[in-house]
Amino acid sequence: MTEEYTKHEYDVIVIGAGGAGLRAAIEAARSGAKTAMITKSLLGKAHTVMAEGGCAAALQNADPRDGWKVHFHDTMKGSKWLADWRMAELHAKEAPDRVRELEQWGAVFDRTPNNLINQRNFGGHTFPRLAHVGDATGLELIRTLQERGIHEGIDIFMEYTVRHLLKEGDRVTGCVAYTRVDGDFHAFSAKSVVLATGGITRCWSVCSGSWEYTGDGHALALWAGAELRDMEFVQFHPTGMVWPPSVRGILVTEGVRGEGGRLTNSEGERFMFNYVPEMFASDHAETIEESDQWVEEVVSGKLATVRRPPELLTRDVVAKAINSEVKAGRGSPHGGAFLDISHRGEEAILKKLPSMHHQFKELAGVDISKEPMEVGPTAHYVMGGVRVNAETQESNVPGLYACGEVASGLHGANRLGGNSLSDLITFGKRAGEHAAKRADTLAQPGIEDAQVQSAITEMLAPLNREGGENPGLIYDEMRDMMQAKVGIIRTKEEMTEAMDDLAAFNERQAACFPGTSRKYNSGWHQALDLKNMVDVSTAATLAALTREESRGGHTRDDFPGETEAWGKIINIIYMEDGEMKVRQENVEPMRDDLGDAIKEVKSMIAERAAEQAGGGN
Amino acid sequence: MGLKGKKQSFNILKGEGEDAELQSFDIELDEGMVVLDCVHRIQHEQQPDLAVRWNCKAGKCGSCSAEINGRPRLMCMTRMSDVVAETPEGQAIEIRPMKAFPHVKDLVTDVSWNYEVAQRIKPIKGPDTMDWEFNQMEADRVQQFRECIECFLCVNTCHVLRDHALFDDFAGPRNLVRLAQYEMHPLDTEDRVPEIKKEFGVEYCNITRCCTEVCPAGIQITDDAIIQLKERVVDRYYDPLQRIWRTITRQKVRY
Ligand SMILES: Cc1cc2nc3c(=O)[nH]c(=O)nc-3n(C[C@H](O)[C@H](O)[C@H](O)COP(=O)(O)OP(=O)(O)OC[C@H]3O[C@@H](n4cnc5c(N)ncnc54)[C@H](O)[C@@H]3O)c2cc1C
Ligand code: SF4
Ligand code: SF4
Ligand code: FES
Repeated sequence: MTEEYTKHEYDVIVIGAGGAGLRAAIEAARSGAKTAMITKSLLGKAHTVMAEGGCAAALQNADPRDGWKVHFHDTMKGSKWLADWRMAELHAKEAPDRVRELEQWGAVFDRTPNNLINQRNFGGHTFPRLAHVGDATGLELIRTLQERGIHEGIDIFMEYTVRHLLKEGDRVTGCVAYTRVDGDFHAFSAKSVVLATGGITRCWSVCSGSWEYTGDGHALALWAGAELRDMEFVQFHPTGMVWPPSVRGILVTEGVRGEGGRLTNSEGERFMFNYVPEMFASDHAETIEESDQWVEEVVSGKLATVRRPPELLTRDVVAKAINSEVKAGRGSPHGGAFLDISHRGEEAILKKLPSMHHQFKELAGVDISKEPMEVGPTAHYVMGGVRVNAETQESNVPGLYACGEVASGLHGANRLGGNSLSDLITFGKRAGEHAAKRADTLAQPGIEDAQVQSAITEMLAPLNREGGENPGLIYDEMRDMMQAKVGIIRTKEEMTEAMDDLAAFNERQAACFPGTSRKYNSGWHQALDLKNMVDVSTAATLAALTREESRGGHTRDDFPGETEAWGKIINIIYMEDGEMKVRQENVEPMRDDLGDAIKEVKSMIAERAAEQAGGGN
Repeated sequence: MGLKGKKQSFNILKGEGEDAELQSFDIELDEGMVVLDCVHRIQHEQQPDLAVRWNCKAGKCGSCSAEINGRPRLMCMTRMSDVVAETPEGQAIEIRPMKAFPHVKDLVTDVSWNYEVAQRIKPIKGPDTMDWEFNQMEADRVQQFRECIECFLCVNTCHVLRDHALFDDFAGPRNLVRLAQYEMHPLDTEDRVPEIKKEFGVEYCNITRCCTEVCPAGIQITDDAIIQLKERVVDRYYDPLQRIWRTITRQKVRY
């Protein structure tokens, strides 16, 4: 039986309408390509809208000592030296112009006293670097791009879900999607396809992500023959809400700590002072007094003369510290830690953290200007994703590009806060530009009916079953399993079990039954998402099993600490004969001039730390 | 009041267009739930094909707008403890989709009209220089408008659209907020006043303030956005003397 579908032809198709997708589509359209953008949600609702703290770029507005070399150094160091240094270089150099360009498109960032874009401190950034709007920076970014994008002649397909990439030989030639509203099918022919589908964190039960984060792009890429890298590195953000249960995992921005928030345990101890790793010991405060002085100086707009609070260590360190405190029996009543910002006073909190204030008041009945929050780790971001060429963002599959969270390389083993929003606009632009350039040289590919029909048959399968499990139950159980067995702290034993469990979930998903309706049937959509989730969870587990050390967003109880050997190796996940495989590759040695830049910044930081440790003035 | 273990009935509009009708569901509540959690519980336990939009679950994306016991609200930011308290004991909590927009299915409506209007609004036009300079006070004036999460609850509530369906003549409060955001941008030089008057029909608004009351982002839609736009129209088309007067005295027009 053949199903009907609608055909479309474009030069460039962008899958995803978050910051990365929008920026890519704008660039492709501006380069003259006939461009379409496809999104699962309505325009402006993508994950990017939820980003809070800010967008990192060495604008040098808040501190003139900043510059691309320092940002490059911070990103590499935060990545535990596993990032693709070429990407980190381009990112550090280009992000400032991408941010200023947003301003010309209507973004209204918070200002410095000199009438320029203000910047705030964040973990792992040596200088105040994050352009922001209160704690709703993602909203500003996505709305600005959206308002620019609708005037660029891009065709926008809202509430369409892409399930399949079309291929011709090696190269990608388009995609097949269903509409969420009607369950109709559409086939798109495209000379270049850009994946900008975001992340995978829905695979864990405590996460900061929405229903969209089922790893569609990761799976589509893998199925089409693309390689993924760094899939073992998942960022557990240290501060998610923990109470009440229905909001568990919802993010509490790192901006709270950037604004001076203090972490304490049930004994009232500022425990982060006990968790400063050797590598960061020289540039973090040793006493509460020093750390308070830093906050005072920084919030009053001065240059810091002392060292920063240990609360601003990188996310992996803080998340593990909270985890350890809870395990040691010093957690808050609902199994987290206390985060207190009330000493900043109501006025400052309402100006700098309005949506956090609102969120806690409405959802937890807590007034953060008067009492501490309870927070704990939440699955937040995946460093791993489609392996791309740093300059063009093209994957190893010709015609298939990736940018934003679905791509990988910039963040290595751990992403610095604020480096995602800047990633989206920097590499979104590059992906759009190069996708359009490629399209310029090619003829319109045809749509092969057999491929479309087989994709449609697969999509309709759940609706044609006689009966079966509710997909929602499989979904919940699988997320609980990943949380328990491939969470913050991992062991070989549990992950081996997880691999078996995932195989079992794979069988269950293939037999679930979401009812028969094609019209806005969330159960059907979820049934289809289960397959992606099984595959990306398997990719993450497989890579994590392989890496026998602890580094950044990957912590092994059975292999504590970093090893020198693994510090030079990345894991690549790929499909071969229908089977998922992993292999190791050595990282390329850093270019000499970049190595020199790192040395230069290191000695600058060491000098500064020595000055500040002396009490500084 | 503890919610845990409490049995609660809901009447939810189920079905498509004309054929949609209220269907009853019973679930057990948990501590700290919001309305969206209940809808998800019904979806998971009883009705997998129940259609509902949501994304962030934290009042940031504006996807989950609905009418809960007749009041337009975000389902993810409406606490069950409040809704249970306002619902007479033994009565079901009613959840309907937004009424002003074409119904699609269950709790989902077609809000594309808002996007179509947005497309007709001229974007910002400012200096070509890379660093735009303006101060925080100037930023404050527009930042309020930029907090809009596009939930369209204001549009749903406005009688010009909800009761009189003047979708062709009036831009609706959300898009008037967008116009205000551009018009009050410190460096914008575009002229949108003619269309604010004609195409976007600002004069249809008779300042009932219903939109402002339901805005979950707390934007002063009527006073800070719409009245300012009305003033610009008045200045341009009706009253050059008043404009001069206002520039001198810096006083606002009183309605
Ligand atoms: C609560 C929160 C706060 C954050 N705060 C910050 C911060 O302060 N600073 C920072 O730098 N980063 C932050 N991040 C991270 C950052 O927001 C995200 O990594 C980033 O926004 C991802 O952008 P993206 O464009 O890659 O994807 P998204 O914005 O997630 O967009 C993905 C798009 O792809 C579409 N899509 C997905 N699958 C399909 C499919 N199969 N078919 C069609 N369309 C599809 C979706 O509909 C969506 O439009 C935060 C993240 C969260 C969750
Ligand atoms: S104030 Fe104006 S826009 Fe708002 S609801 Fe009333 S008439 Fe509609
Ligand atoms: S102005 Fe307020 S009510 Fe209207 S769409 Fe924006 S956030 Fe919603
Ligand atoms: S789900 Fe985002 S506002 Fe309710």
